[in-house]
Amino acid sequence: MTTETRTPETQPLRRTLPRIPDRFAAFGAVLIVVVVLAAVLAPWLAPYPVDDPRPLERLLPPSGAHWFGTDQVGRDVLTRILYGGRTSLFIAVAVLAVSALAGVTLGVVAGYAGGWIRDVIMRVTDVFLAFPALLLSLALAVVLQPGVNTVILAIAVTWWPWYTRLAASMAASIATRPYVDAARCLGVPAPLIILRHVLPNSLTPVLVQLSLDAGGVILTSAALSYLGLGAQEPTAEWGLMVQQGQTLFTTNWWVVTFPGLAILVTAFAFNVLGEGLRNALDPRRAVK
Amino acid sequence: MLRYLARRLGQALLVVAGVVVLTFAVMRLVPGDPAVAFAGPKATPEQLAAARARFGLDDPLPAQLLTYVRDLLAGDWGVSLRTRQPVRDDLYLAFPASLELVGTALLIAVVLGIPLGVLAARYKTKFPDFGVRVGSMLAVSVPVFWLALALQTIFASNLGWFPIAGEYDSALDTTSPLTLWTNITVVDALITGNWPILTSTLDHLVLPALVVAAYPTGVIAQMTRAALIEESGQDHARLERALGFGETSILTRFALRPALGPVLSLIALVFAYAIVNGFLVEAVFNWPGLGRYAAESIRSLDTPAIAGVTLLVALVYVLANLVVDILQGFVDPRARTR
Repeated sequence: MTTETRTPETQPLRRTLPRIPDRFAAFGAVLIVVVVLAAVLAPWLAPYPVDDPRPLERLLPPSGAHWFGTDQVGRDVLTRILYGGRTSLFIAVAVLAVSALAGVTLGVVAGYAGGWIRDVIMRVTDVFLAFPALLLSLALAVVLQPGVNTVILAIAVTWWPWYTRLAASMAASIATRPYVDAARCLGVPAPLIILRHVLPNSLTPVLVQLSLDAGGVILTSAALSYLGLGAQEPTAEWGLMVQQGQTLFTTNWWVVTFPGLAILVTAFAFNVLGEGLRNALDPRRAVK
Repeated sequence: MLRYLARRLGQALLVVAGVVVLTFAVMRLVPGDPAVAFAGPKATPEQLAAARARFGLDDPLPAQLLTYVRDLLAGDWGVSLRTRQPVRDDLYLAFPASLELVGTALLIAVVLGIPLGVLAARYKTKFPDFGVRVGSMLAVSVPVFWLALALQTIFASNLGWFPIAGEYDSALDTTSPLTLWTNITVVDALITGNWPILTSTLDHLVLPALVVAAYPTGVIAQMTRAALIEESGQDHARLERALGFGETSILTRFALRPALGPVLSLIALVFAYAIVNGFLVEAVFNWPGLGRYAAESIRSLDTPAIAGVTLLVALVYVLANLVVDILQGFVDPRARTR
């Protein structure tokens, strides 16, 4: 409304300055880079060895020597958090890779084939969607031995249906495009059409969704670890750190506060970037 | 409308059937012999055999599935290996407590989230919008178990403003016992006019409900904002502007109602999520709901109980989705063709 009243000279300048939403998404991206670098470079950045209990240095408050203090067996909390980032990011990447691969494959096939194949795949998807991710992961984590691999499997099992839905709706619209018709008339076999035409054109929304979901996966895996069904000692993992320190919260706040903040910051960064990407892709659908 | 209803109902039944099969599969995957768990480690071979026969563990899997489905239909959800009670009775006690917690949380989320969304849409790209955006992002990114621990430590342990854990002061069970009608403590206390228990429960509810409300508040605020902004770009908003309505009254008087449809369906989706998220919160605040029941069942590998909780939550999810779709079919004829 106010743009008409502005003098023409000031407009180009304003246009070159990114608006708050874009800057916000960029902030998320920067935050992710920081988190990833911290995790990857953990062995060089960490001031102490990751699993080095020093009974005499138990529960020291934050200081110059231990920025985030020490935990209940005398390990440096900052070091554990840096290494915990490796665990969380590894889980997130593995879960998203597995579920995107399975989900997109099924979705593209369903969307392209249509008919009863689509119906069967989509109904199976509906069933898996009816189980909240954390619940099915809980049940599966009980069945299998607790550990990082179990967490990956358990979350992936509940995560793929989202990509199937997304890819199927994209593939169904692409399957009706003229160039796909043309390829079909030329006798190109269906698998090749899917691989060459349908798949590449269905991927963009999936990639955006992956960024949005990374935060959710990190939160779910931390929750499983918090319940004791995920990573086990001596693996450094943020949810596990919160669980082990929770009885000490009133007396030794740093043991619980910093791992929780690490989860919050990482999930926040992925959510912010994902939302920014989605807005850039589809300004009308600003929020899911 | 009738055809839409029938189709949607058929879909829901299919999903429920799939959920039952999947639950059964997960149940059979659990390591350890349920017969041993039931009869105890010192059971004689005869007792074991009796337990196996009782649960039909010697039958082929498809036959076991059939028995499982038949029992479910007859209202028999199995017997908990831990409490030795029918799972249905256990759930009948635990589920209302979870409903109480999640219902309160969703109420908070709607009361906070929708006005925040309106505020953000009204001052789009200005400071209030930015504040709501950052706040809602933080709310959906915070690990619930950690937020629960933090609030509990600060407001219950240190400041002493709220009780630390539990549903109400258990001493009240003797001084002013509660007559159970719905098993939802707040509702029962309200119906029977049991003020001591009502105030005590509300007092205990504040912290856990706020924690569970964080995620729904964030998504509802974001969704309301997005729907309002889309709605205020429609033709009717142009007409209203031309008629001289201000932006605030366009948003609240005209745009809010059509924008509530997607927000409504979001609440149903968030509902099941909030119940499961509530599990973690219940663990921290020792809330006697489904989450605590599930956690204890998991610890003792109580298969029928785990299956019961899984099935119940999945059913709630399917039902919530169904109700929202049907409501939307009534409100918005366009939804029926989707």
